[in-house]
Amino acid sequence: MAAQAEIAFRNARLLDPASGLDQVGDLVVRDGLIAALGPGLPRNAEAGYKEELDCTGMCLAPGLVDMRVQLREPGEEHKETIATASDAAAAGGVTAMVCLPNTNPVIDDVAGIEFVARRAREVKGVKVFAYGALTRDLGGKELTEIGLLAETGALAFTDGERTVTDSLVMRRALSYASTFGVTVIQHPEDPALAAEGDMNEGEIATRLGLSGIPDCAEVMIIERDLHLVALTGGRYHAAHISTAASVEAIRRAKARGLAVSCDTAPPYFALNETSVGDYRTFAKLSPPLRSEEDRKAVVAGLKDGTIDAIASDHAPHDQDSKRVPFSQAAFGAVGLETLLPVSLELCHNGSMPLLEVLARLTQGPANILGLPLGRMEAGAPADLVLFDPDRPWTIDPDAFRSKSKNSPFDGRPVQGRALRTFVGGRTLFDRNGAG
Amino acid sequence: MTEKTARSNLAFPHRHLLGIEGLSPDEITLLLDLSEAYVEQNRLEDKKKSTLRGRTLINLFFETSTRTRTSFELAGKRLGADVINMSIATSSIKKGETLLDTAITLNAMHPDVLVVRHPYSGAVKLLSEKVNCAVINGGDGSHEHPTQALLDALTIRRRLGRLSKLTVAICGDVLHSRVARSNIHLLNTMGAHVRVVAPPTLLPASIGRLGVEVFHDMREGLRGCDIVMMLRLQTERMKGSFVPSIREYFHFFGLDYDKLSVAKEDALIMHPGPMNRGIEIDSELADDVGRSVIQEQVEMGVAVRMACLETLASNGVVGSAR
Repeated sequence: MAAQAEIAFRNARLLDPASGLDQVGDLVVRDGLIAALGPGLPRNAEAGYKEELDCTGMCLAPGLVDMRVQLREPGEEHKETIATASDAAAAGGVTAMVCLPNTNPVIDDVAGIEFVARRAREVKGVKVFAYGALTRDLGGKELTEIGLLAETGALAFTDGERTVTDSLVMRRALSYASTFGVTVIQHPEDPALAAEGDMNEGEIATRLGLSGIPDCAEVMIIERDLHLVALTGGRYHAAHISTAASVEAIRRAKARGLAVSCDTAPPYFALNETSVGDYRTFAKLSPPLRSEEDRKAVVAGLKDGTIDAIASDHAPHDQDSKRVPFSQAAFGAVGLETLLPVSLELCHNGSMPLLEVLARLTQGPANILGLPLGRMEAGAPADLVLFDPDRPWTIDPDAFRSKSKNSPFDGRPVQGRALRTFVGGRTLFDRNGAG
Repeated sequence: MTEKTARSNLAFPHRHLLGIEGLSPDEITLLLDLSEAYVEQNRLEDKKKSTLRGRTLINLFFETSTRTRTSFELAGKRLGADVINMSIATSSIKKGETLLDTAITLNAMHPDVLVVRHPYSGAVKLLSEKVNCAVINGGDGSHEHPTQALLDALTIRRRLGRLSKLTVAICGDVLHSRVARSNIHLLNTMGAHVRVVAPPTLLPASIGRLGVEVFHDMREGLRGCDIVMMLRLQTERMKGSFVPSIREYFHFFGLDYDKLSVAKEDALIMHPGPMNRGIEIDSELADDVGRSVIQEQVEMGVAVRMACLETLASNGVVGSAR
């Protein structure tokens, strides 16, 4: 491609968590890459830029890397497709996302990984990666072809929303995956203990007459897995942790030097079990929204780096899956378009500095997955988000690009919004242009 | 009794009766006072009134029920309403949207009151959001069964003259029981002391936070109490092993004369029915007219439901939102 796609961002607050950069300056994009950045770059005298943006008062950061997204394609395209999820991602400032293998068919073979890659090329949206299933058909018994899948591009291995409960299978998975240096991602919840559970166990569940999931269902699996990590030397990632005990278990494991990481999702640091209120099925999540004490522990875990990443945990569901009695409703919430503003609350409410919040959204997940993304430096792909950190707005699911509208943040007043999202220097989303 | 249809909405400012939680002592008293009048009327030869003439009551039951449905049917008919019973097998509501489809369909027929029973907690509230008429919760999952708590309260009040300061022991399968939750809310609201007595496997988490004293031993729990409310062991809701055997359950938690001896001498025995004789209650004791008020509860049920129907039908301004 010719050197036509030159964009200059002027006077932006440049934020790069990887290098600790936080200063006002300029950034130039050329041929889809970041050509230069720094304070007061010289003007391009001869040609001028194709586009020169005055970014005064706005932030420019690496595009978000969302490490936990359900795309529903193939199999449930009425809920979401790679195209609609990509639009939603771009609108939320996400430039790369990694999908779970719990599609239909399950992504447990090379063809599945290739399908996602091909659809992503056709859609020409944000970068899309896939996890491979850890076990065939997510059955929890037989390992998939982890090596071949990794060669094809599977970033890591997980059974998605299912927990690998068989300790021997988990031991072998961690052990075998370590051959290829790939990470095993666990949805930590003891299914027997959580059986039939609708929400967090406690007073609210008791009042509502809903069956509860005890919080220890999460840490029990994490603790077991940590022993297996120590035994095998495998690399382990606990997905969407939600309890104080889990944060503490990971904190201790890291202190012991185990190769472990974890993420959480905005509902777990921005909401608690009271959001279920009067049977709000949009607040029915897996893991369930927990107590206020747990929520605070998750914030503390993010703050001290125990929790490496914030993922959207995007789980689109149609109305028929949610407009039903609570115990019949599907688990999960959409999150791509609320990831940035709800995460920015951590900064606005003084819990974490802006650069730290962005680290959990960019470099943090990229490092876990070994992706050369989430950095804003010369030579890196120009995957960028331009956002106004303070702009107040109210979350309105009807305006989502996602096909599904199941958000527990419906009507929440937030501050901060993506204005423009670039992938490889190409504008995928422009709030002014998109209206 | 006098016609009370002209009562102000302010006395009972609720469109639906979805639960006891949230009702004030005055609102509960209002319903009980109105029920009281209907008890007398129901003992007359001519039991029929025309208060709800021209109104339509639909009993929508997604779960099998004999006594609650019959009780509401009789209550509606005695007030002169047209009553339709609809039973929808649980199998056909596997797909949840049928619930709302049913609600929308029925709503188009302009009923004035819908009485709904559903196996899932919160389902009646969900349905109430989709219709223009008053909705009475006839029992939703393990959540609430407000008319049962009201009829229990009426039974107690008529026998003992009050609710406040009484000690009531609710015994048995509290975990799965909507009757227990509604009774806990009502009795607490009216100033009674509530105890629950059950093995921990049959108690929901943090039940103490609902304002009850928790016992795991029948003799300790029944000591000095005025009322013993037995709950049905809901074997159909049992998924997995909550108690090792019926024999063991009856031995430790079944109500018999021996365990009852520590309660007040004239303590009353209540049961929402249907009873599992020999499982949670000794058969002879259940039939002991000196102690058991189980038959009376059934009688009060009709009166209470008449009061609820009348109150809500006159509140709802017939088929339209306030």
